Amino acid sequence: MKNITTKGITKVYNPDTIPVVALDGVDLEIGQGEFTAIVGPSGSGKTTLLNIIGGLDKPTHGNVVISGTDISGLSDNKLIEFRKNHIGFVFQAYNLIPVLTATENIEFVMLLQNRPASERNARTNELLEAVGLGDKKNSRPAQLSGGQQQRVAVARALAPKPDFILADEPTANLDSKSTENLLDIMARLNHEQGITFVFSTHDQRVIDRAHRVITLVDGKIATDVKQNPLK
Amino acid sequence: MKTIFKLAWRNIWRNKRRTYITMASIFFAVLFSSFMVALQKGGWDRMIDNVVGYYFGYAQVHQQGYWDEQSIDKAFPIPAELEGAGAVPRIESFALASHENLTTGVMVVGTKPGAEDGMTRLSSRISSGRYLQEGEEAAIIGQGIAENMKLHVGDTLVLISQGYHGVNAAGKYPIVGIVDFPSPDLDKRMVYLPLEVAQYLYGAENLVTTVALDLKNKDAVAPAVKKLKAALPVEEYEVMDWKELLPELMDAREADAAGSYIMLFILYVIISFGIYGTILMMTKEREYEFGVLVSIGMNRLKLGLSIWVEIILLGLLGALAGIIGAIPLVWYFNINPINFGEMSEGMSDVYEKWGFDPIFPTAFEPGVFLTQAYIVFLITSVLAFYPLLKIMRLRPVEAMRA
Repeated sequence: MKNITTKGITKVYNPDTIPVVALDGVDLEIGQGEFTAIVGPSGSGKTTLLNIIGGLDKPTHGNVVISGTDISGLSDNKLIEFRKNHIGFVFQAYNLIPVLTATENIEFVMLLQNRPASERNARTNELLEAVGLGDKKNSRPAQLSGGQQQRVAVARALAPKPDFILADEPTANLDSKSTENLLDIMARLNHEQGITFVFSTHDQRVIDRAHRVITLVDGKIATDVKQNPLK
Repeated sequence: MKTIFKLAWRNIWRNKRRTYITMASIFFAVLFSSFMVALQKGGWDRMIDNVVGYYFGYAQVHQQGYWDEQSIDKAFPIPAELEGAGAVPRIESFALASHENLTTGVMVVGTKPGAEDGMTRLSSRISSGRYLQEGEEAAIIGQGIAENMKLHVGDTLVLISQGYHGVNAAGKYPIVGIVDFPSPDLDKRMVYLPLEVAQYLYGAENLVTTVALDLKNKDAVAPAVKKLKAALPVEEYEVMDWKELLPELMDAREADAAGSYIMLFILYVIISFGIYGTILMMTKEREYEFGVLVSIGMNRLKLGLSIWVEIILLGLLGALAGIIGAIPLVWYFNINPINFGEMSEGMSDVYEKWGFDPIFPTAFEPGVFLTQAYIVFLITSVLAFYPLLKIMRLRPVEAMRA
């Protein structure tokens, strides 16, 4: 089953000097196909939780189990390998590789996975069409708008067929139109292909579109609300 | 691998200014070090050619023990193996040279004018008068002797010495020519007589002290010496190449090379810091990007390799540009040697004391450029490990927060 389970996740920064508790015993279960927003004020631990779920950071205590694998105990190399095959990332600042075209950016992780060229080409074209950038195949990031770059970033995150997508403030740098466009694409992919999306966000537009909203306050889950996906 | 090269190549041209700065550091490194080495090597090659080519020859045969004692009593009849083309027989000894009330110590060389000229091109350096003719009772002298003793063509030079096995040696010879040697040391002490005339002076008829070998290039020396050593009985003859004949020249060259290595080392260190600076800037500037790439699943080693290849390509481009830049520079100073004497009289005197003129052509040899390009490229390759180490230790979350 492709789901995410966290058990008693605690993250303490500077444990030996001035300890800062970023997460305090977070227990969470996110199932396949969810469209979940993690919200909360600045410093509530949203990004830290997302980083720990994505294997980018290690918890001080507790475990993260993804699709049956406890990633808390994996070595650095195994974690990189795990991320490559199971997790797609969408970052606030898009973070595309500036020297590669849209096509090459999307293809990049599949290259790391050693997928055959025919499969890479087909998947890249499919994803570019899915995010509405079929006509921007050969554009480099600098030649794309913020919204277009973020759509390429979503396509890149989806390319390796991950178990789920983690998106850290994906709409923070986008205008309203681009935000709506991006959310439409992600909602459609979630609805049609059952892809799991987990966002950390402040953006009310994202929160409104989420099926589930988890609110963090001072590193603890304050509320966990399911809401109408068609709202 | 194709992706790594593609990424590396495109990244090189992503920040053109940084690329040009790095390439310029490498370019100037190769240019300066090539020029330094070419000048040093060229200077020494010229010096060796002066001393070896203009007098000693690249190899000599003597009676066993002659070179240590340099005594005329070690004169010997020319063995059959050494007769013929390529052998320049000489009888050499010291003498007191007098003219009017002036006297100076000189080196008298009795030689076959034709054979000598074939090897040392002595006739081409006659500054006044003419060259010696076979068997004539006449002398040619170095320009330095002429100046010191106020001698001119047509004057008579008196030579007094001790001859073979203690006989008195004395003779007077009209000066028919004055030779301008490129080596001031030779200029101040060389007196040439025809071989038979010198043999008569020293009472050593049909004997020689030295047979110099007329070898046209350095590569022919080793085989010729080996062949002669095999042909001549070792207890009777010593066969020496120019390195054995002039160990002090070799020592001086090595000492000078050691000094140059220190200079080069300092140059390499300065250049290394320059290249390291740009690599450091690049690594810092792209820390965020490295964090992203590791986050999305790029293996650290692969990422490090991509950056390493990027710097290596940059190094190759810089080294290539350095070679292309150094070739015309070194070529120009090969054709138009630097004359330190023209820059400072004091410097000219210093070189003169060491026995050579202060003219330094650069050595225009592929080895000079390739070695320097290789060293600078090697330095760049080593420095390129810095981002690799940084990537191996990179924490994606911290890198993306940077």
